[in-house]
Amino acid sequence: MATTGKVTGIVSNLVTVQVDGPVAENELCSIDLHGTGLLAEVIKVTGDRASVQVFESTRGLAGGAKVEFLGRMLEVTLGPGMLGSVYDGLQNDLTTMTGVFLKRGEYTDPLDHEKKWDFKPLVAPGDKVQTADWLGEVTEGWLPHKIMVPFSFKGEFTVKSVAPEGSYTVDETIATLIDAEGAEVPVTMTQRWPVKVAVKAYREKPRPQKIMETGVRVIDSFNPIAEGGTGFIPGPFGCGKTVLQHAIAKQGEADVIVMAACGERANEVVEIFTEFPELVDPHTGRKLMERTTIICNTSNMPVAAREASVYTAMTICEYYRAMGLRCLLLADSTSRWAQALREMSNRMEELPGADAFPVDLSAIISNFYSRAGMVVLNNGSTGAVTFIGTVSPAGGNLKEPVTESTKKAARCFYSLEQNRADQKRYPAVNPLDSYSKYLEYPEISAYLDAKVEKGWVEKIVKAKMLVRRGKEMADQINILGDDGVPMSYHEAFWKSEVIDFAFLQQDAFDAIDALCPMERQKYMLDLILEICDHNFSFEGFEACRDYFKNLINLLKQMNYSAFDGPEFKDYRVQIDKLLQENGRS
Amino acid sequence: MADPKVFQKIYTRLEAITKATVSLHAQGVTNDELATVEGRLAQVVKTRGDLVTLQVFSGTEGIPTDAEVAFLGEPPTLKVSDQLSGRFFDAYGHPIDGGPEVEGEEREVGGPSVNPYKRRQPSELIPTGIAGIDLNNTIVSGQKIPFFADPDQPYNQVMADVALRADVDKIILGGMGLSNDDYLYYRHAFEGAGALDRIVSFVNTTEDPPVERLLVPDMALAAAEYFAVDKNEKVLVLLTDMTLYADALSIVSNRMDQIPSKDAMPGSLYSDLAKIYEKAVQLPTGGSITIIAVTTLNDGDITHAIPDNTGYITEGQLFLRADPDSGKVIVDPFRSLSRLKQNVQNKKTREDHSQVMNAGVRLYADAQNAKTKQENGFDLSDYDRRCLKYSVEYATRLLSIDVNISINEMLDTAWELFAKYFTPAETGIRQSLIDKYWPGKAE
Repeated sequence: MATTGKVTGIVSNLVTVQVDGPVAENELCSIDLHGTGLLAEVIKVTGDRASVQVFESTRGLAGGAKVEFLGRMLEVTLGPGMLGSVYDGLQNDLTTMTGVFLKRGEYTDPLDHEKKWDFKPLVAPGDKVQTADWLGEVTEGWLPHKIMVPFSFKGEFTVKSVAPEGSYTVDETIATLIDAEGAEVPVTMTQRWPVKVAVKAYREKPRPQKIMETGVRVIDSFNPIAEGGTGFIPGPFGCGKTVLQHAIAKQGEADVIVMAACGERANEVVEIFTEFPELVDPHTGRKLMERTTIICNTSNMPVAAREASVYTAMTICEYYRAMGLRCLLLADSTSRWAQALREMSNRMEELPGADAFPVDLSAIISNFYSRAGMVVLNNGSTGAVTFIGTVSPAGGNLKEPVTESTKKAARCFYSLEQNRADQKRYPAVNPLDSYSKYLEYPEISAYLDAKVEKGWVEKIVKAKMLVRRGKEMADQINILGDDGVPMSYHEAFWKSEVIDFAFLQQDAFDAIDALCPMERQKYMLDLILEICDHNFSFEGFEACRDYFKNLINLLKQMNYSAFDGPEFKDYRVQIDKLLQENGRS
Repeated sequence: MADPKVFQKIYTRLEAITKATVSLHAQGVTNDELATVEGRLAQVVKTRGDLVTLQVFSGTEGIPTDAEVAFLGEPPTLKVSDQLSGRFFDAYGHPIDGGPEVEGEEREVGGPSVNPYKRRQPSELIPTGIAGIDLNNTIVSGQKIPFFADPDQPYNQVMADVALRADVDKIILGGMGLSNDDYLYYRHAFEGAGALDRIVSFVNTTEDPPVERLLVPDMALAAAEYFAVDKNEKVLVLLTDMTLYADALSIVSNRMDQIPSKDAMPGSLYSDLAKIYEKAVQLPTGGSITIIAVTTLNDGDITHAIPDNTGYITEGQLFLRADPDSGKVIVDPFRSLSRLKQNVQNKKTREDHSQVMNAGVRLYADAQNAKTKQENGFDLSDYDRRCLKYSVEYATRLLSIDVNISINEMLDTAWELFAKYFTPAETGIRQSLIDKYWPGKAE
């Protein structure tokens, strides 16, 4: 007999329920509002009182309303057909909802139950299988989607039968397994998994081995993120967090992209599902939407579902990772998720931590980041979940709990700077404060040696050093004045400006400049370092400035031209001529 | 809004009274429903067992412990119809212009949000004639954008100008804590422009109780949704001043003993503001709601919780400041941003728009650096001097809020200034555009 209860208290979306039986932490319940069930999650139990957070508005709810406990946690439904979908934070399909406005209690199915998938078996009767082993395969758009032994099946199973090649719906049995006790268990193409529990059906989780290219120079060259790595982008509003994240989503080298719009603007999500069906994935030539799933819980949607949305997104990534695919999860913004936690903690009148956030915020964040990673599956293939979250620090001040907690958890830090944004130096990633811990990994260094060229990391270190030196020179020039410093100061400053303008800055809205492949990044960096190694001589600082401005202009024109095309080569010739006119290499 | 129903149970014993709330024992009360306390409108904000807490909009001054409390059984509503046009209402939706009550369908205010999937990408330009907006921070229908301004800036005048010049079907004014003078300013500006029939106003002035303000955005947006959704109209909503709205939120949460987060604001400030601003929408049927708001600042401090949370919600911000060099109030090109500008720039406007905008702002930034050098007593280079001259003319002819020209005129003006003070290479504009637009290039 399922536990039931009745509502005894309401503050916004926090409802207290008097229960008549056992309830579990994080168990779901349905609250009856004039015949509509509102989904809610248990977050605290005291005696026979359960505090539940409702995933909907509680307007019109009255004390005494009936509550039914569902005996399960918040789960996602996993199966073919998730790519290209637009879900809310609880994985309801937003595209099949009726009406312009969202209706409370309208829960739609995440998968299409009518559609038939062409199934190919990968096992034979008598085979021994375990959790997450591949039983068969369907083609989801372009991607080989593995049908697995569900994550919830523990132990070893024997395949009794498997469906022959043919078309099936997601609900048809495609295999029957026999468990250790000899009981038969049917398997369909779908399975359910609680979002707050990490999927651990893999053999091991090694250190990352390679980088994930994004086509963004300041990331790939200066602070590369590893495949299966973690990174975060903090920055005040208006510094280009979302533009940078969208650039990564468009260009990131991954099989599956899950974008979690967590408490952000609805128009940004609209931009994704307006543009992505048109834009082409630079790696496969297919439409971007075919590799993208959007989890959309915008800022005006219920707060509790906002917290759920990042977990829903992560679980979907883990599912595709178990198929041996490379997934990229982008969450914008994790601060909104933390604020959702704060709102609930506040309503429960818990003792607050720093800035009124719950005291376990740091633990929650690091636990979430730890779900990313590259894994070796039981069959030896590898899969990865790369996670990049944005953080929206209050007042742009990085000394706040969400940024500090995330810094402990993430390995790459892309610090967006107000000052750079004000000067329209986009992407406004601060080249000196930002870092990628992966550059220090011998595995990654070896990978870059092989992939780009031997000694690439040293070149990056050198370029960073030149930027730092240029910054110091600029400070000196500001203190002592243009005439008060030696010519070499001006030269060092302008060399760093060359790196900034021609390499670190990148026009995300220019068709050519937006995506810069590694080969082109190497070409440009080599050219720029050649310029930086050049010994110039100038009459005065004004001549120096004019000369470098000219040079920067040519380099920028190169960035706007097709790689190795006639225009590009022409600008290169002009640059070489300019270099010959002044000094020597 | 609804009147008390007959046969309704009247409660006459309050358990607790604070400046903004009262609590009492009552049965069958629903969350968010309205009630009257001694005839004053109140709303249920908390129930615990049969103890109900009500937020009294007009404050609790003079309310006795034996006050009569009647529950109305429904959340706040607004009667909507074409009769709203041209009318002025208070925060409850009651006429304050001496006219009759509006008849129409009763709609819940502060209702559900639009399914994000049913939205369309905002892509229609809203020209205002102000170059600081149209050239550098182009506004698009369905956008939400606030003016960040110190209290001494003429933001209400700019808002009125923008509203009256914008090509929209309806203008809805939500005034919160407007001074009586500003309220009359709007009223005269609207009447003087002969635009009254396309304007609806919900006004809470400084003479009204602060907590009443909490109803104003919901009322204004309920009216906006009626015109945008039911009538497929382009609606512009003006909300001024959202800082005073947030102050009212903090009063209520404080009286309810909630733990404050940054700057004594409630922890839910972000969600509370998002619920309002996210009503901005471009609908598939052609209707749209565009929100232009005002958030007043304390001495330009945008790190305060109110402007900070606003900035994360809205699609940019327009920063007003006095420019001592040109003696004008300008739209600050550095701190201002319209996030949706790329939806229309070079698409609905001329192809050179975004490059001209970027070059103009970059050169203005160089002028600020030159100014710093000058203030520190260093020699200026020839380039610095040209930048400084450019910046004054740029501020006067383009950034100033009293500019009223078309976007093509703005672009031409910018090219004229570039050619007057700089070489093509110094602007960094793409060569193909230089070839086409650089003044005197053809010779």
